[in-house]
Formats: sequence, structure tokens, C-alpha cells
Amino acid sequence: MALPDPKTLDLKVGFEIHQQLGTQSKLFCNCSCKEAEQYDKAFMRRLRPTQSELGAYDPAAMFEFSKMRASEYHAASGTSCLVEADEEPPHEVNGEALDTALVFSLALHSKIMDEIHVMRKIVIDGSNTSGFQRTMLVAMGGHLDVAGKKVGVQSICLEEDASKVLGEGDGTRKYGLDRLGVPLVEIALEPVTGRPEEIMQVALTLGRLLRASKRVARGLGSIRQDVNVSVMGGAVVEVKGVQQLDQLVKVIEHETARQHGLVVISEKLREKGVDENSVGDRIDDATDVVGRSQSKVVKKIMSGPRPVFRAIRVRGFAGMLGFEPYPGIRLGKELGELVRFYDLGGVFHSDELPNYGISQEEVDAVKKKLELKEKDAFVIVGGPEDRVAYATDAIVRRLKAALAGVPAETRAATLDGRTVFSRPRPGAARMYPETDIPTIPVTSEKLESLAASVPRPWDEVVDGIASKYGLNKKLASQIFDSDYLQVFEGIAGSTKVQPTFVASKLTEDVTSLQRQGGDPSLLFDDMIMDVFQRLDAGAIAKESVALIFEKLMKKEAATVDEAIRALGVSSISDDELSAALDKVIADNMAVVREKGMGALSMLMGRSMAVLRGKADGQKINAMLKDKLGKLSK
Amino acid sequence: MESGGYRGAGLKILSKYGVSVGDTVRVMTGDGEMSGVIMPRYESASEDYIVIKLKSGYNTGVEVSKVRSLEKLAGPAKAATADVQAPAQKPGLPKIALISTGGTIASKIDYRTGGVRAALSASELYASVPELAGIASVDPEVLMSEYSENLKPEHWTAIAEKVAEKVKLDRYDGIVVSHGTDTMHYTAAALSFALQGLPVPVVLVGAQRSSDRPSSDAALNLIGATTFAAKAPVAGVFVAMHSGTSDDAVAVHVGTRVRKNHTSRRDAFESIDVTPVALVKEGKAEMQSSGIELAQRGRGKLDAKTKFDSRVMLLKYHPGFDPDLIEHAAKAGYKAIILEGTGLGHVSKDCFSALKKAVGAGVMVCMASQCIWGRVSMTVYDTGRDLLDIGVIPLSDMISETATAKAMWALANAGDPKKAMQENMAGEISSAIPL
Ligand SMILES: [Zn+2]
Repeated sequence: MALPDPKTLDLKVGFEIHQQLGTQSKLFCNCSCKEAEQYDKAFMRRLRPTQSELGAYDPAAMFEFSKMRASEYHAASGTSCLVEADEEPPHEVNGEALDTALVFSLALHSKIMDEIHVMRKIVIDGSNTSGFQRTMLVAMGGHLDVAGKKVGVQSICLEEDASKVLGEGDGTRKYGLDRLGVPLVEIALEPVTGRPEEIMQVALTLGRLLRASKRVARGLGSIRQDVNVSVMGGAVVEVKGVQQLDQLVKVIEHETARQHGLVVISEKLREKGVDENSVGDRIDDATDVVGRSQSKVVKKIMSGPRPVFRAIRVRGFAGMLGFEPYPGIRLGKELGELVRFYDLGGVFHSDELPNYGISQEEVDAVKKKLELKEKDAFVIVGGPEDRVAYATDAIVRRLKAALAGVPAETRAATLDGRTVFSRPRPGAARMYPETDIPTIPVTSEKLESLAASVPRPWDEVVDGIASKYGLNKKLASQIFDSDYLQVFEGIAGSTKVQPTFVASKLTEDVTSLQRQGGDPSLLFDDMIMDVFQRLDAGAIAKESVALIFEKLMKKEAATVDEAIRALGVSSISDDELSAALDKVIADNMAVVREKGMGALSMLMGRSMAVLRGKADGQKINAMLKDKLGKLSK
Repeated sequence: MESGGYRGAGLKILSKYGVSVGDTVRVMTGDGEMSGVIMPRYESASEDYIVIKLKSGYNTGVEVSKVRSLEKLAGPAKAATADVQAPAQKPGLPKIALISTGGTIASKIDYRTGGVRAALSASELYASVPELAGIASVDPEVLMSEYSENLKPEHWTAIAEKVAEKVKLDRYDGIVVSHGTDTMHYTAAALSFALQGLPVPVVLVGAQRSSDRPSSDAALNLIGATTFAAKAPVAGVFVAMHSGTSDDAVAVHVGTRVRKNHTSRRDAFESIDVTPVALVKEGKAEMQSSGIELAQRGRGKLDAKTKFDSRVMLLKYHPGFDPDLIEHAAKAGYKAIILEGTGLGHVSKDCFSALKKAVGAGVMVCMASQCIWGRVSMTVYDTGRDLLDIGVIPLSDMISETATAKAMWALANAGDPKKAMQENMAGEISSAIPL
């Protein structure tokens, strides 16, 4: 089935951009915002819902938060202190970060609050040691100009970033504290309609505006987009963790297909006359029937703690659990993602069985046990008893929700642009004041002093770069959009190397090395500066720049020195060069005698093969010409 | 009208439009309009703003001078506290009395006002800390609601009498006293002397992170205190708090041997010179050899002497210390001075004359060390020997906060306070400090 036009689906996409700021220190303490190289301390915590919070979460969330999840935090000195460990009250708000949020608000024509109040937003998945994220509303309203159209701004907030997930074990999640407390600006835009490419333009424009301020952190993970997607006026699905713009288009396309697919499924179910009472009207223990199966999955569950299997009867659903309105979109898959939330892997449904080592006899036994009729389906879920109990409830609720179409939930974006279930949507965010931090009045003097820092529109900035450094507009926009604008400007300002050459190395060459599997995050600004300074000093040749980058990006060298040594590209003296060229000419004397100056291009090729990176190509060319000229005489 | 912390311009504008804290309003300013609920204002904040909670949950301050109109849309909404099912009480569990004196160990937050109030009933308590229902049958009672920095020896008396009353009912397997942390170690020491011969454990417990936070240490501390009070084989006064920064173990300290050693960490409370008597982990109280001889549960007969004489001064000696302070204390009617001397128990010889006068005037002068850990040894150096000759009483390895509470108790209850100060009554003095 081909996906209908987004317009007929009434596709609406709202953006929430979280941009890390490039401040020296964190939002509420003096620790560095840099990533930790290694962690040297660890501790364990268990968050629990505070009392009035309890009602706001469904049993599934309660289960996750209060029973199962312990968080193990890993810390490194310099990047975290007692504040991140929730062992000391927060210090006052980082002034540099607040100024940046105010500058963004001015740039987006947003109404800045008279007095800013820091709030605690409850988040008890463990990503914040305190159990809440500190956040403050800085401005509301305003607009972003996108290709002549105005996209409304809902709100601009300044908040602390969460800890980064390092891994997950049996009921414990491991976090690194270095990212906790890094200042983030959250900008929420009004939902827009249009094709995914047009929607992407909105995110791109906002991203460029922020970067033009030169106050933001750069690199992978420094900007995160949450997108709220809805089709046909249905429930809003929040997708978290979109890191790259090309991923965003795919995510929107995937969600459109998934949500429309769920709508199609719900229509079919209703045609079949299925209602809520059809789901889970009978739930039996099926451990005796399924537990003896030779299936590997079953055997693994049976060897674990307190194993049980439960069978859920779903009347009238036969064929609907495996039905795929679009490739990969089916209810059975949604259930698979759902039980993973409870750390369970064992869920099977009747549309896919017999399979996975579960035999026809076992399927028949379950059907018999549940007194299934021809049009009925079943779902089996297995694992430790307590988790299965929660998962069974969740499965029943999910299948009931399928009748209405798209459930409101939070999903996570995968790197290849799909989305997977991550958790039920929490109730309205519970917020209460962060009483440890005084309120912050914003004076008109303050705003006047920041007016000069408001970034100019993107095209103006690009034009400025183009004329200042003599770049063409394409190269200027590429260097602006890259992660290397700052180091580019540094090199252009402090060396005599041609800015065009620097910019093209930092855009085209780095991109092509990345396509060949190089990792640009291994190429640090100080290394880049070092390479161009050596070029400026004549210590290496122009040709060596990309070769050194390649060594570094492919992890074949850890430092510029190492790369140069490995390549053998430190430049040679004029005498050495002359001798090397004499040798090339001598080796090819027959051709030289025959063709005279006509042998130049062949000799150039042979010379470059030997001398690439050790001497400048133009210099080789000039010297060869000179030598040939003398010989021809 | 309830002012909700508003003063000056803020209070004036609210009165002008007949609006109170909790009302939903629409505010028109020069910049546009905004709707939300009027929130209380902290007393110390500027008078020139009113606080509004927007629908998004964010609070924001609106400058009074910019307000063109304020329209009341609705009165206060009902406090948004969710009804939560408390787990069912298991039968046949130990009985615990929980006496609340302040702090926020078990409390409910009102998200409308941001205010916190104590969880009053057993079911509220179980809803807040469901594990308790599986450990003991807890009878909560609120005795007072004070920040611990405001507690005075009169409060110690009230707490001691309440505990004694519960113990005499002979119904409880243990008593838990929730307490603000700042002076919890003073109260623990005071109760240790006031309630001798306890047949059950009396466990003080607090929280370094208030219980309105998901990361609060309150629940684990309360679980630890209750487990110990219900099951430990010993009796006496104890303090139960986090053992480390992790949420995995609660350390139980002897009431006379514990001190708050950090302003903010969860494991701020530490046993001085001894090991905690127990670690409560995964629902079990693991007894440890602490170096202190403890009374066995069920053996003792309560001897409650709950009066305190607060005419005791705790004086910390430092370079540049003015000896006149000692004379002033004596003149001002203080009956005892606990000196926190340097090292092994010293003060400058400049103080000798003032000390002689004070002792001569009948003031009981005792010496503890500001080193916190270790014993005073006043026969090692001349200064120490001179101080002993003057009549200063060495307090061995008693910590100065405990000594202060003990002196207040001894003045009110002991026939010979000086003798009482040098005798071990509740583990405050030990004959051997473990290596
Ligand atoms: Zn820090």
C-alpha cells in the first residue's frame, strides 16, 4: 500500500529543539561541560515517585520507577561534583548560559519574562540524579522566518541536560554524570504542516540561527530534536532523540506510515465488529503448555527466575496481529516493543505461530485452553512472574487502544530513521518551584546590553564569511554548516594559508573521508590548527593535509606527529628534492630523450608517486620543468 | 485576604483587583496577556512582581508596574493531591510508634502552592513509603513541627516525655522519632541521658534531601530506622541515616556517638571513634561490633529523667580567643562551660586566671577536644596538667555536642554533676578506642 499524500493525512509536526550551549561551565555548578575521558567514581541510587506523583503514572510506569530501576552513576572529577551527585544544592544560574537564552529569545522576537523562575520538572527514569530536571521559562511567543513564511514559537526555556546512558544491565541503568547539568536551550515551535522536506527546512533554519550566535556547542549530540507527530487529528506521538536532519525526514515518514497504518488497522478491527470487551476477556496461565516447548526462547525463560507464561485471548483479532498495512507496520511488532519496556523478550501471537521452535501441537493446546474460535487470536507472554503480570496488563491496554488507532506515547528515534516504543506518555508535566535558587529579574538594561549579540540571519552571515575570506557562497555556507567554522576563522586569521584551501579541506575532504568510514569526532580543533600551522611554516606540503586527516579520522594515528611519521610526509629539503627528481629523470631517460619537454606530464606523475606529501606539487612541477629545459638544450 | 508572602506593590495590586493566591487570573500587560494561577511569593523576594503558574506548569514573575488589568477567572482549585491506595497492612508484624518532630521525612507536597506538609495518617505514610507496611505496623503521631535549628532543651523534654509515654504503654517493639537533621545529634544525646534503662530501641531519623524530591533519602532512612527499631536485639537511643552516598545501606549510630559532619551529603552523620552498631541492608539489620557495650532488648526498666538546665555554654577555643568570655559566662549565670580545646585538651595559659575565677565561682568547666576524633589526655603536657590543677574536668573521648547535652541534663538531674560528667552512662565515654 502506498502512503497517501501527507496533506490528506493532515500530518502535523511540531519541533522541540534542545541545543547544548558552548559555555565554559555547567548551568548550576562550576564543572566543565567537556565529556569525561574516563570515570573514576561510582554510586547507586533508587528514585521513587513523590507522593502526589503516584497518581500521575499508570501501573506500568510505577513498576518501572519504583521497583525495577536502580541507577548506577559514574563520575569523573572536573566534569562532576557534589551538585551533579545531588549531594549539594545547585549554585546560582550560569550567567553566560542565561545571556545566551536571552539572545536567542531576542533573535526569535519572543516575549521575555519579567522575572525568571527555576522549576523542577519531575523525571524519574534516573537520568537526573535529583529526580527532576531544573528548567526555567525564559520567553514565550515570537516567530522564526523560514523561506519567507513565519513559523510560530511557543516557548524558549533554559534547562539542564540529563546524564548520558552508558549501558543497561539487569534492572540497573548506568549513567555518566559528565553531561548532567550542561546548559540546554529548549525551543518549542508551533506545529506545521507540509512535506517532510519542507518541515526539515524549519529545523535547518532554526539550527542555523542558533549556530550563527557562536554561543552553542557543536558536534554530534549537541543538538537534539524531539518531534511531535500526529496524523488525521489523532493523538500526538512524541519522538525523542533525533540527532541529524536527514534522520528527521525518515522519522517523519516512518511515523506517518506507522500512524496511518494504525488508523487503517483500527478501521479494519471496527469493521470486524471487535470492541474493547473482545480484548483479554480471558487470561490463563500457560506455563504448563508452553513451558515444555523445545523453543530456545522458551527454554531460556524457563531457566530464569520465577518463570511463567500467560496466554491472553483476543476475540476477533485473527489475522490482525500480523497484518501489515505498510512494510514493517503491524500490531504484533508494537507488542514486541512494548514488552521490552518490562525487560521481557518472550512475546508471541497466534498470527506468527507455529514458529520460533513453538510447535503446532503447542499452539493447538493454547487454543484449546483459551477455548479459541476460528476468528480469535491469542498473545503469549513469558518471563519472571512479576514482570509478566505488569506486561500482561500493558498488552491488554495496548490492544484495546488499537481500536482507537494511535496511542499517545513517547517513542525513540533509531539511527536509521525508524521509531520504537520507549514509554507511555506521562501525565501533564508536574512542576514545582526550585526553592534552592532565587528568582531572576530581567531588566531592560540587561536586554539592551545583549542587543548587539543577536545573531544576524543565516544568509547575511554566509555572505559576510564569503566576502571576508574570499570564498564562493557555496563554500562559505558549507564551512558555516560544518563543525569547523571557529577553527577555520582561527586559521584564516593567524596563517597565510589560502582560506579557500582551508575551507575546502575542512568541508569536501572531511566529508569524503567520513564517507570512506573516517570518524570526524577524532579530528579535534587543536589538531586541525596544528596541521595548517605546519603547512604555513613549510614543514609539510599541501598534499599532506588530507592524508594526515585520513590517518587521524581512521584512528591510524592519535596525534599529528604520529600521522606525519606514519606517512613519512615531513617535507624534504630542496637538495633532497632535486636529487630525487634527478633519479626519476635518469630512470626514464629513454622517454626524455625521445619526447623532450613532452615527457613532463609523465615525469610529474612518476615524481608525485614517490614524493606525494613530502614536497609541494607546484614546486616539483617547476623544478622538473627547469631540469628538462636544461636537458633539452 | 491571605497575603501568601506578598508585600508592598505586589500585595497592593492583588488587593486592588480582589485577587488572592490560588485564583486563576488573566493578566493584561503592555506586552500582551497571560493566564494562570496566582502563586505564593517567598517573603525575601522583591515586592515588585506577582507570580503566575502558567498552564505549562512554569512559574513566571510579572512586574507589577506593567500590569494594566488583572481579571479573576476562577477561585482556587482543589489541592491536587492524588488518592493513592496504601498497601494492605500485613498481620502479626512488630508495632512501632513514629513520633514526628519536624523535618520532611514523610510529607506530601501540594503542587498548587508548592508547600509541603507532614504525612499525618498511617495510610498516608504507607502510601508514601509502601515498604513500611511489610516491616511493621506503624502508629504515627505528630508531636511538633519545628526546623531542628529552632529546637531547645524544652523540646528535648517534650520529646523525651512523649517517648516515655509510648514505652510505658508496653505495646511497641520500638520507637522511631523523625527529626530535622541539623541538631539531631544533640537531641539523640539528650534522649540518651533522659531515657536510661530503655527496654526497646528509640531511633532518630531524618533526611538530607527533603521527601518531596524523588531522590530523597527519607524513605530509605525511614525503612532503615523502622527495621532496626522493630528487629534489632538491642535497646537504647540511636540515629539511623544513609551509610554512604548510594541508596543501599543505612547506618545505625549510638545516640551519644554521632555527629553531623557534612552540610549536605546523605552520609553526613558519622559515628565518632566507634563503628556504627548496625547496617540495615535489603530489609535486614546486620549488627556490627561497634566498640560500645549495648543494652539488650527487653532487659531494661525505663528510668525517665526528662528535665534539662540550659545554662550551659559550649565554647570553642581558637588563637586570639578572649579569656574575658569565660568570665562573662560565669557572670551571666552559666552553670557549666564545655571548652572545645585544641589537641589533647588545651587552651592558652592566658585563660588560666579567668578559668580559676569561674571554677571558684562554682561554674563546672569541662574539656572536650575540637579534634572531634580521639580522647583528651591532659596529663601529657604542662598546659593540660595546669588545667587539671585549676579544676577543669577532662571528658575523655566524649564529643563536645554530647557533652553539652549531658551537662544540661546533669545540672538538672544529677546529685553530683561533676562526677556524672566523668562517668559513662550511655556509651558516651569508652575505655578503648578501636584502631
Ligand atoms: Zn559540578
